[in-house]
Amino acid sequence: MTSRLRDLLAGAVFVALGLAFLVGALGLERGTAFRMGPGYFPLVLAGLLVLIGAAIAIRALREQETVIHMHAVPWRGLVLILAAPVLFGFTVRGLGLLPAIAMVALISSFASRRMKPLLAGAITVLLTLFCVLVFNVGLGLPIRLIGPWLS
Amino acid sequence: MDLIANLGLGFETALTFNNILYCFIGVLLGTLIGVLPGIGPTATIAMLLPITFALSPVSALIMLAGIYYGAQYGGSTTAILINLPGESSSAVTAIDGYQMARQGRAGAALAAAALGSFFAGSVATLVLATLAPALAEVALEFGPAEYFSLMVLGLVSSVALAHGSVVKALGMIVLGLSLGLVGTDIYTGTPRFTLGYPELADGLNFVAVAVGVFGIAEILRNLESEALRTVAVKHITNILPSREDLKAIAMPVLRGTVLGSALGILPGGGAILSSFAAYTLEKRLSKTPERFGKGAIEGVAGPESANNAGAQTSFIPMLTLGIPANPVMALMIGALIIQGITPGPNVATDEPALFWGVIVSMWIGNLLLVLLNLPLIGVWVRLLKIPYYVLFPAILAFSAIGVYSINSNSFDLFAVAVFGILGYVLVKLDCEPAPLLLGFVLGPMLEEHLRRAMIISRGDPSVFITRPLSGVLLILAVAILVIVFLPTIAKRREEVFQED
Repeated sequence: MTSRLRDLLAGAVFVALGLAFLVGALGLERGTAFRMGPGYFPLVLAGLLVLIGAAIAIRALREQETVIHMHAVPWRGLVLILAAPVLFGFTVRGLGLLPAIAMVALISSFASRRMKPLLAGAITVLLTLFCVLVFNVGLGLPIRLIGPWLS
Repeated sequence: MDLIANLGLGFETALTFNNILYCFIGVLLGTLIGVLPGIGPTATIAMLLPITFALSPVSALIMLAGIYYGAQYGGSTTAILINLPGESSSAVTAIDGYQMARQGRAGAALAAAALGSFFAGSVATLVLATLAPALAEVALEFGPAEYFSLMVLGLVSSVALAHGSVVKALGMIVLGLSLGLVGTDIYTGTPRFTLGYPELADGLNFVAVAVGVFGIAEILRNLESEALRTVAVKHITNILPSREDLKAIAMPVLRGTVLGSALGILPGGGAILSSFAAYTLEKRLSKTPERFGKGAIEGVAGPESANNAGAQTSFIPMLTLGIPANPVMALMIGALIIQGITPGPNVATDEPALFWGVIVSMWIGNLLLVLLNLPLIGVWVRLLKIPYYVLFPAILAFSAIGVYSINSNSFDLFAVAVFGILGYVLVKLDCEPAPLLLGFVLGPMLEEHLRRAMIISRGDPSVFITRPLSGVLLILAVAILVIVFLPTIAKRREEVFQED
């Protein structure tokens, strides 16, 4: 990848997000400068974001082309690391804290290619135990250990 | 003497068994994450924030503060011993510290860093104790216009002082501000940008955003290049510095302390900027600048003192104005709000025990850190042998429980994933996440003060200029923006940050 492409992409991301906020802000009542409505400030910010994004993109077009080293995206890690909190969110109420944490630990263990199954198992057991002790016994968080789906 | 009575109250608060314990836990955790690369104070504090709900406000803040300045100590240890700065603020320490270690002077370097930090921390505590109440008094006179201008100045200077492209940092700030507005408009009750999700009515969960952008994104970045860390540390002898060493570091420590204390107060400042500035200063003042980069003890003592001083004085704007100077302080504000305390000029008068207890605890924490770091250095080094992939599961598990426990809301966990991927993409595109988080916290405050100021002035925007203090702050903000965009300065700025 070149630095120009990277900066162009950065500009595009800001423009796109700015436009999304702009669309949202246009649907809100603007009011006047004296009595600003809910849409006034968001509209200003969204416009600013689009402008800044455009500025980044324009500067990118004018800069010299230099090749930059960029690491490859760790797809396996990406999927597993993002899946862990999402799965926890879906299951913590139904399954309870204990199984949900064990799942997070197990899934995220395998984010790294270096992980061995035996080590992952050990981490899962120890970490789950630790979390239950600290959060449930120690801090008394009001989350059920075993949820209604299992009992 | 008010100061003495106040410090007395502080000692009374900080020296209770409970608070010493939480201070100890804080600095211990801080050292730990400082030593371990890949997890910084921002992510750690975000993860632990919900847990502090169970503590009293004083204990919570004492512990979180300990994590922040403790990380500065821990970061220097690995920077010196294995040329691997655990925290970005220790990056400059690695330059000369590692060279010293290679020459067999690791003990002297570690001692210089620890003693310098301790001295700087003690002085910064006093600076905090004298300056903060005075500033809080001034802040009581602030109207909405002043607050608005001050926040603009803070945001602008955080851009100027950040690494990398100024325009991108500006973009991150505006994006953060916009994200901060998600939720219900306080004046009219209109939902904004909630996309129809009732869970977003109260806005995005701050902890979820912080954990995603700092924690998850950082893990993903570490997964990109899983190089094996080789830890080859020779047995460290001679922790005690020689008389010549002490003489050599006296002035750099003093200068670093002054510089760090000053830069820490600046909005956008803090530990990182202070250490860079101190290194540049020492190199420039040295009669033998050629020794720098080859094991100059001044190059360790100066920046290490500065980053510790800066870490502590960055509490001043947070405690007195309720305005965060960096993402860590933004999290501290979050912690106070969870506890039902509105950060601002009233904290010093309404909650004197909290205010002074936290300040004094920093001194105690610094003392604990010296005791913890110098004799136990071997233990910390051994920790480095833990492979990083063993840490991911723990980070994720704590984050998940932490985020969920705030509102018992699954939606917040989905937000973690979304902001994790957003943070990762933005970092890949060379956009620093810190300004985004700062903007996110300041967004609602900025809008509220803007709207209030405009109502008071009956829609006349000149109020921001005609009120003297507000005008000065805005002019400063504009001046900073102009300066960073000047071609010569822009180039010089790049060079300063090159040493990273």
